[in-house]
Amino acid sequence: MDVRLLCVGADAIMLYAQAPQGGAVAFIGALADSIERELGGALVDLVPSYTSLLVIYDPLQSSHTAMARQLRQLARNAAVAQEHAGKTVTLPVYYAAEAGQDIERLADNAGLGVDEVIALHSSRKYRVYAIGFAPGFAYLGDVDERIACPRLATPRLQVPRGSVAIAERQTAVYPAVSPGGWNLLGRCPTTLFNPHSKPHMPVAVGDNVRFEPITRTEFLRMGGELE
Amino acid sequence: MSLRVVRPGVLSLLQDGGRRGVHRLGLATAGALDHEAYLYCNRLLQNPAHSTAIEITAGGLQLQAQVDTFICLTGAAMPLSINDAACDGWTVHRVCAGDSIHVDYAVSGARAYLGVADGFAVTPVFGSTATVVREGLGGLTGAALAAGDALPCPAITRRRRLQLSVAERPRYQRQLTVRVVPGYQQKHFSRIEQRRFFGAPFEVSPHSDRMGYRLIGPPVACDITAIPSEGICAGAIQIPPDGQPIVLLADRQTIGGYPKIGAALGLDTARMAQLTAGCVVHFAPITPATARRALQLAQRFTYQRLLQEIPA
Repeated sequence: MDVRLLCVGADAIMLYAQAPQGGAVAFIGALADSIERELGGALVDLVPSYTSLLVIYDPLQSSHTAMARQLRQLARNAAVAQEHAGKTVTLPVYYAAEAGQDIERLADNAGLGVDEVIALHSSRKYRVYAIGFAPGFAYLGDVDERIACPRLATPRLQVPRGSVAIAERQTAVYPAVSPGGWNLLGRCPTTLFNPHSKPHMPVAVGDNVRFEPITRTEFLRMGGELE
Repeated sequence: MSLRVVRPGVLSLLQDGGRRGVHRLGLATAGALDHEAYLYCNRLLQNPAHSTAIEITAGGLQLQAQVDTFICLTGAAMPLSINDAACDGWTVHRVCAGDSIHVDYAVSGARAYLGVADGFAVTPVFGSTATVVREGLGGLTGAALAAGDALPCPAITRRRRLQLSVAERPRYQRQLTVRVVPGYQQKHFSRIEQRRFFGAPFEVSPHSDRMGYRLIGPPVACDITAIPSEGICAGAIQIPPDGQPIVLLADRQTIGGYPKIGAALGLDTARMAQLTAGCVVHFAPITPATARRALQLAQRFTYQRLLQEIPA
């Protein structure tokens, strides 16, 4: 896959995959893994996001030109081993107004029933495009355009932990209580970020996520919390 | 055995060298903002390089020693006193159990580092003790220091009393030139806009913090308003639609969708973290090769200034 490299700082190179989003996201995920394996001590950190990958390195150990050469080589190899498509993780969701206070408004705006919103949201396999905003927060896409919905004009100060939400054509689960402006549909009882055990997150960029509707009883049995 | 927090001051945080390899989980780098002052704090105390110290913003911290040890304060000029006796900064001082340590408000600079012999003994999270309040990670409980906190540290009876001579200490001025490696969406800023960015003075906004320094100046226009969210490196200079630059620092979010004109050199963002609201920043473009040379020189000279021993 073609990549474009750009020096973006004294210690950072940005790598852009030149391909349609679907394939490029998997490629970026695979490339991030191989960079982590191969670069060793010179690598400081990595940020895969959609079709780009930021590589932060130690400029005392490597120059921009040497690092760019190495990245180009790794990109060529990752492109060859491209079948890495990411794993699929299923996340249970209790869809209901008591768990996601915007679901009825979102359904009304879309001219759909709540059941149809649930069916549309849980019938698709989503790709993890990026992780950021908060520890363990995964940007998933794309939702069916019938249930796409703009962010709230005024973000909420507190969105409950586990909230499943939509903003435009993106969807996500809030791993912890945080401020947020996305539309809430329900709640997921799965722990999405655990600083004390490995793996810290069930998903990585390039993986796939499927949502599975569960009942209130199942949600509570799985450790989910309602106010 | 600890130092007990009597008053935390404006904002005091346990920090170290920060985290690596955690951006894929969405975690910030964190760590001391002024790594030069932080490095000297540990060098003076003869500690391992990334030992945990307190980053004091603005000042007002009061501690009580519950152990015999040594302390050192570097960075911003915050008057230090032990049992009401004035003590020099950039100098190792002995404290005994019961002593009261007071760090007053900054006379110049914005951030000081108070270290203790062998560093504070805090359990690292993701390889670091650095506190990120927004993430609830690091430090004692993921929060800023509060009255009553006990900062664990060992009893130390012997340590050379080192000092950085006054002439060698950094002087924090009210204006600063920040070197920038242009990059990211640089080509979306016209030549006129780039000339404005690299020519005009910018003032530090009071809304600056550990995530980023917000600057106020002539608006810099970009021919795009948003980009697909992408990774943000340390020092990246984001230009939101209002044209007012934000220099992103250690607690920055890992990804963002505003255009960026380049990234400030780490040596200069360290100094920038000593600027208070109203101070003036100029930007100067440099090449990646020049930036690397500057970092190498800092490693050999700036960070290796000779320390003096105070006769017993």
